Amino acid sequence: MGRVEITNLFREFTRDDGGRVVALSDVNLTIADDEFVSFVGPSGCGKTTLLRIIAGLDTANSGEVRVDGELITGPGQKVGMVFQEYSLFPWQNVLTNVAFGLRMRGIGKEERYSIAKKFIALVGLTQFEESYPYELSGGMRQRVAIARALATDPDLLLMDEPFGALDAQTRNHMQCELLDIWGTKKKTILFVTHSCDEAVFLSDRVVVLSPRPGRIREIINISIPRPRDRTNKEFIDLRRSLLEMIDEDERKEERIKCKSGNL
Amino acid sequence: MKGNLSGSRSPGYIVFSISVVLIIWQILADVIVQNRFILPSFTDVVFAFFGLLSVGTLSMDFLVSMVHFFIGLGLSILVGVPLGILIGWFPRANRFLDPIIEIIRPIPPLAWIPFAIVWFGLTDLAAGFVIFIGSVFPVLINTYEGFRNIPRIFVEAGKMLGCTSNAALIRHIALPAALPHLAAGFRVASGVAWMCLVAAEMFGVSKFGLGQKIWWYYNLHQMDNVMVYMLILGFVGLIIDYLFRYAMNRTLLKWREGEVN
Repeated sequence: MGRVEITNLFREFTRDDGGRVVALSDVNLTIADDEFVSFVGPSGCGKTTLLRIIAGLDTANSGEVRVDGELITGPGQKVGMVFQEYSLFPWQNVLTNVAFGLRMRGIGKEERYSIAKKFIALVGLTQFEESYPYELSGGMRQRVAIARALATDPDLLLMDEPFGALDAQTRNHMQCELLDIWGTKKKTILFVTHSCDEAVFLSDRVVVLSPRPGRIREIINISIPRPRDRTNKEFIDLRRSLLEMIDEDERKEERIKCKSGNL
Repeated sequence: MKGNLSGSRSPGYIVFSISVVLIIWQILADVIVQNRFILPSFTDVVFAFFGLLSVGTLSMDFLVSMVHFFIGLGLSILVGVPLGILIGWFPRANRFLDPIIEIIRPIPPLAWIPFAIVWFGLTDLAAGFVIFIGSVFPVLINTYEGFRNIPRIFVEAGKMLGCTSNAALIRHIALPAALPHLAAGFRVASGVAWMCLVAAEMFGVSKFGLGQKIWWYYNLHQMDNVMVYMLILGFVGLIIDYLFRYAMNRTLLKWREGEVN
């Protein structure tokens, strides 16, 4: 479960001065069950907007999103989300944060805590069950956020640059953990990132978006078998071609003026 | 810096600074003013206090004032919190209620005393009402501010995790997120309530009360007793504030440890 169909999606925003900005236009995409798809593109290309529309947190001006055939009209039970910012509830400890979604589904205290504990163990934070978010490091907080999103067993997991704020080492580590989790708990994952390296490392397919208006520029299949080696030639080639595509779009907008280095 | 601050609050400094003030007060009263009506000395006040303990009505005054205080503050919380939630969460309610609130708010609470007496008679409720008028706005405004400043990310995370109704979002997300604001509002409100209490009691709503006794002993020209009640009002206010802060930090706000303050 977790098939996503996006049809003719169009979204524009009205600026304060009355001008209109088209964030997404003509977005058509079908994502299969249990597929891992990343979205990359220069900033302002509408990646996050697309994810928010799929989540039901934002509404398209026209077009539609269906998850397992059901039209998305608002946040639903089948979809989980991990945000870019730290979204843990600071007034709850790790255990109650992870159990929160289950509580909202009316599951009794004992049962929801035992489920939550399993997911906390899955992200390796069993000793921190009683800790409050302020006591955790950034990487630990995002792991809790992932456990919280997984605890309600969504068919579709949306991740909006979840590792963006982490240092490179923690980030690589979290990517491996995420793939392990995805391997055991089969679900569809849509992953927004700035990092081509991350996209190639994680995904079955990478969707490249181009900005103003945000459109799908290219969809790249990554067929390198897992576990993937970042120093493998195929990996590096894919990464380079992705970077070049994004860089080209950035150059079109004359935003990059660096002469002293190459990608 | 932090070491200096905590050092200045150590018992030694407190005893020292208070002793200095008491000695100056004693000298001022005994040597310079030499008039117990204009300025009773520290020892006069101590004797007056023990006199009141043996024959006075201190405990009854304290209890009656507590009744007034808690009627007023209780009503403020009962009215101010729900109203603050309403205008903080629903923009339409805010547009409708904000002008009304802004017109009533600048009226000084003590200006309500005549109507308090007309509506409730010379009763505890009349005093409670004046205290309520004074303390409801800090509760209301802080609840409103707390609800306006909830990070959007918490609301969206709540929605994704299954808070589908406004009621669920308010109860499980907004209220706990706004709690530090609410607590600050209650604290300001209890200070204002304590001020209004003295004025409210001066108009003879009851035979007892810490504020009532200030006026009573003034009419008897017993200024040493007036001073005793002034100091008691100060101490009780201090203790209420301290207990309140202690209770909030230890229970509802313990998740904020590690933040500033």
